[in-house]
Amino acid sequence: MSQEWPLWEVFIRGQHGLNHRHVGSLHAADAEMALKNARDVYTRRNEGVSIWVVEAAHITASSPSDKGPLYEPSESKVYRHPTFFDIPDDAGHM
Amino acid sequence: MYAQMITSEATQDDPEKLTTFQARIDSGEKIEPKDWMPEGYRKTLIRQIGQHAHSEIVGQLPEGNWITRAPTLERKAILLAKVQDEAGHGLYLYGAAETLGVSRDELTEMLLDGRMKYSSIFNYPTLTWADMGAVGLLVDGAAIMNQVPLQRTSYGPYSRAMIRICKEESFHQRQGYHIMMKMAQGTTAQKKMAQDALNRFWYPSLMMFGPSDKDSVHSAQSMAWKIKMNTNDELRQKFVDQTVPQAEFLGLTVPDKTLRWNEDKGGYDFAEPDWSEFFDVIKGNGPCNTERLAARNKAWDDGAWVRDGLMAHAAKKRAAKLAAE
Ligand SMILES: [Fe+2]
Ligand SMILES: [Fe+2]
Repeated sequence: MSQEWPLWEVFIRGQHGLNHRHVGSLHAADAEMALKNARDVYTRRNEGVSIWVVEAAHITASSPSDKGPLYEPSESKVYRHPTFFDIPDDAGHM
Repeated sequence: MYAQMITSEATQDDPEKLTTFQARIDSGEKIEPKDWMPEGYRKTLIRQIGQHAHSEIVGQLPEGNWITRAPTLERKAILLAKVQDEAGHGLYLYGAAETLGVSRDELTEMLLDGRMKYSSIFNYPTLTWADMGAVGLLVDGAAIMNQVPLQRTSYGPYSRAMIRICKEESFHQRQGYHIMMKMAQGTTAQKKMAQDALNRFWYPSLMMFGPSDKDSVHSAQSMAWKIKMNTNDELRQKFVDQTVPQAEFLGLTVPDKTLRWNEDKGGYDFAEPDWSEFFDVIKGNGPCNTERLAARNKAWDDGAWVRDGLMAHAAKKRAAKLAAE
């Protein structure tokens, strides 16, 4: 069997100025082809104005078993949310 | 459905892990690729998503048959867009399956050598232009019935692929209905063609949901894992209830003399398809099984030099770029 085309992850920025968002993946021989294929597969209905493709092998992902150590520290820091602070209504809009 | 007769794989995992896993599913959490999952869950999903993907790809053949013979340029462009969507659906689903540790080429090869199946419906021929209407109305209609609940499936990548597919699918059904409408309101000969297409595709469409619940013993585990959301009979009933009025609106007759509205159950009573035909088609003896697999094999073999050539070209370009740096 011949060598399989590498896997690419596709990110698209839509019309409204939001961040690029992961939309899916595809196989392509190189980056140029990955972009073209992403255009054909993921923007058939005007879903985007900008495409990023990244070879999947280059992505480093956190592991689910790290969930605790990675995210627990922020759980106790409720003061990072504006709702933590009780400010009298009379102080005006804030 | 697009995935028929999927047997749940047995699982021999640590019972404690299994309990935690089931609790996650019961609470509506999504399972993601790197999460721990029972071996049976992983294998069943590969089989199911793979079969679903293969169906999207093989499903392009009966419709592709009419692209060059569409009655107008507009119809041709629409059909082309529809068939192109199906290629996309196949790709989204292969992508989801690949997250479970099987490669795209492995999946393709399992289709080509018959180790994996695709939906029985695509082993029926498309004989007239009206069949494009019947396929959109019935086949895409039945697919939607199955795919809408699957948007809530427990496996994250599968669920996301389903959401994307469902967004595109209603165009398919509506373009099919539109073809049927034109034909049904056309000349006597056109109306006859529309009726004939409905006659031929009705029972094969009912088979898409798989055997009757009383004969399909494999769904309990898949339902607990939320990779099957409804029983075969539930979905078939919903499909009949939705489709009969749509056909009647066109002045067409569903080819079932026993069809009756049943006030008590709030749905139609209808005749089951011939299940022996279904099992025969699944075994490879449908009218087009050989032709479909031959077409896929030919495409794969004929494309080999292109796949290899593009890889070689990419490697050469990479090397040239490195040398220039
Ligand atoms: Fe589809
Ligand atoms: Fe479709």
